[in-house]
Amino acid sequence: MSISTELDTRSSLRWLWRQLTSMRTALILLLLLGIASIPGSIFPQRSQNPLKVNDYFKNYPGSAKFLDQLYMFDVYSSPWFSAIYILLFISLIGCVLPRTFEHLKGIGAKPPLTPKNLNRMEFHTESNLGTLDQAEIWFKKHHFRIRRESGSISAEKGFMRETGNLLFHLSLVLILVGVGIGSLFGMKGDAIINVGERFINIPTSYDVMSFGKLQTEKTLNPFAITATDFKATYDLITGAPSDYKLTVNVADPVGSKEVSKIVRVNSPLTFGSTKVYLQANGYSPLVTVRDKSGEVKYQGAVIFLPQDGNLTSIGAIKVPDMEPQVGLIGSFVPTFARNSERGAFSTYPEVLDPRLLVSIWIGDLGLDSGIPQSVYRLDTSDMERIGLKTLKLNETYNFGEGSITLEGWTPWVNLQIVKDPGKIYALLGSILAILGLLMSLFTRSRRIWVKENVDKSGIEVAGLAKNSAPGLELEIASLVKEMRG
Amino acid sequence: MSSNDYAYLSNYGVYSAMALFAIAFLAHAVEVAFSVKNVEEKTKFDFVRTKKSGDIGTVMMVLGFVFLFAAVILRGVSANRVPWGNMYEFSITGALAFTGAYIFVLWKYKIRWLGLPVSIAVLLTLGTAITLFYVPSAPLVPALKSTWLVIHVAAAIISGGVFLLANCIAATYLFLDRYESTSGRPEWALKLPSLDVLDQLTYRLVAFVFPLWTFAVIAGAIWAEAAWGRYWGWDPKEVWAFITWVAYAAYLHARVTIGWRGRKAAWLCLFAGSTFLFNYVYVNIWGSGKHTYSGL
Repeated sequence: MSISTELDTRSSLRWLWRQLTSMRTALILLLLLGIASIPGSIFPQRSQNPLKVNDYFKNYPGSAKFLDQLYMFDVYSSPWFSAIYILLFISLIGCVLPRTFEHLKGIGAKPPLTPKNLNRMEFHTESNLGTLDQAEIWFKKHHFRIRRESGSISAEKGFMRETGNLLFHLSLVLILVGVGIGSLFGMKGDAIINVGERFINIPTSYDVMSFGKLQTEKTLNPFAITATDFKATYDLITGAPSDYKLTVNVADPVGSKEVSKIVRVNSPLTFGSTKVYLQANGYSPLVTVRDKSGEVKYQGAVIFLPQDGNLTSIGAIKVPDMEPQVGLIGSFVPTFARNSERGAFSTYPEVLDPRLLVSIWIGDLGLDSGIPQSVYRLDTSDMERIGLKTLKLNETYNFGEGSITLEGWTPWVNLQIVKDPGKIYALLGSILAILGLLMSLFTRSRRIWVKENVDKSGIEVAGLAKNSAPGLELEIASLVKEMRG
Repeated sequence: MSSNDYAYLSNYGVYSAMALFAIAFLAHAVEVAFSVKNVEEKTKFDFVRTKKSGDIGTVMMVLGFVFLFAAVILRGVSANRVPWGNMYEFSITGALAFTGAYIFVLWKYKIRWLGLPVSIAVLLTLGTAITLFYVPSAPLVPALKSTWLVIHVAAAIISGGVFLLANCIAATYLFLDRYESTSGRPEWALKLPSLDVLDQLTYRLVAFVFPLWTFAVIAGAIWAEAAWGRYWGWDPKEVWAFITWVAYAAYLHARVTIGWRGRKAAWLCLFAGSTFLFNYVYVNIWGSGKHTYSGL
């Protein structure tokens, strides 16, 4: 009883395995993977644009909840997507590994025996002229592998087709390994720094960061970057950016001698498998806030976030150290213009005629409530607006409880720091995959047989082309012609 | 000459090429439509009469290719960069690659009849480009300033041209297959190649260009790693490039290992090609993500 159950289990497992590793299953899984990736291009994805996901939740609360349960906002890390590609790769490995061993065994092996009835093969030709010796010379000249028997030759060419095919599929596995290493041992983070400031690669320097599952904070490379200059060049007519150039001083590790380097959009800084990218930029107005007595309560560069191509930027200034607390909602306009429709806006992304528009609020900033706040927004629920002003450079506005002065501005840059130790394997896998693909798609695999008639009155020639690749007919014709002399 | 002059010359080049493709279309139509008139025995066709018309079509296609080639080059000169910065430029270069692929295949195989669908497709592409997608010539945004622009976009555009050509042939296959399975080929189509030849040709075009498309995707990944900090991020364009890759991979497997031929293979090929077109139109015009450089 127990033996038969065991056999049943084993044989049904074997059956499952055979089903999974069959070509048809692999093909279906491949198509499924394609179809499964579609929703990610329709719905916003948390991994790419979490703000858009939030918007979706606001606009369609009902359907968003339902869609979220189906992982529609995390398609590429969802269980069902993972299930498909894991099954696909198991199927692939189960299909390719045995074939690889088989193929390795075939290195140096002789072609199979000449079949009995050549007339059942392709392009069967008979000729009363020619000998096996002549055929052998022709085969050797054309680099066929041959098996000479008494009375026949079996010749084969195109071993590289299967080699390339296997190389391609194994390379895909290598790419997946690279992706896996990247997601387990990688890290990614963003930090906004003002020009003039220093970024030290420790977790507290980051605005946002995420680690791979097997990566900890301790493995961050200990470098420091000081942004010394940032130059953005714009097209004078359209205002479209044409170049961003960030000059930095790099110390690797922190405290060692600084080296000046340049970062551009397509040329990041490299520290081993960690790269630092220039991702975005904007302006930080330099402001000073004083209380009634004229004592400085706040001074510095406040990072404002750009809202359009001409860098009209908004942000908030919070001064908790005043009584009552003061908050300012600001809009920084690098090149000022105003019309009745849009109010104040910027007409060019460079600072030519700057203004800082501020609305001043007093009351409770809500910083002690324990709920995390955005530094770019002011929670005005417990506040009251007491003033509104458009400030020019070096202008001071006195709002009764104190004053604010626009002292200047400085550009900021968003540095994206990415560590991906797996990408080198993915790259290697990609290169090998293309090589394998070229080898397998442009190699013709075929066999040609030559057989002497029993009475030696002539010969028979026939062949077989894998995947009915064209060209065999001409090859056989050329062989027969050669033998005829 | 100023950069504006070059841009104008380029536009004239596109208009001239459109005129030439229109003539090519008419010439091919005449060749196909009138090749069997005035023949007493229906089984013997006198193609000599219409050969001339076909010759004119081919000459016009080649001339159109030359003018379009000049237009693309001039567009690049006017902006002082490779002419692949927005959707208008992708479209005219894509039309060029498509025509080029046709002329190349024409030179290797005898498929002049294909000039009919090719010329109308090129006309439509150019017409859409110059009326809907046109933007003045301008410098590139910083993210596009890279050698990879040349490598990645060239590979993608050439692949696209060949994919569309394969689609034309697969569509012709299905069209003729319908006739053959019911009433037999109509007279005008008797001159076209056999279904077997069409089937093989589709396969060979796809097999030829699939490694190039793979390369285009990988080159894009390498570029993305340099510009955006990740080599693959499931951006909508990346998703659809992947789907196209999967669809053509499925086509090749279906043919080589499962042995699909004919109708099923042709439908799969059409499906794969339409994912490419969808990617081009949907993501560039309505999509979001990092690939929206269309300038629309």
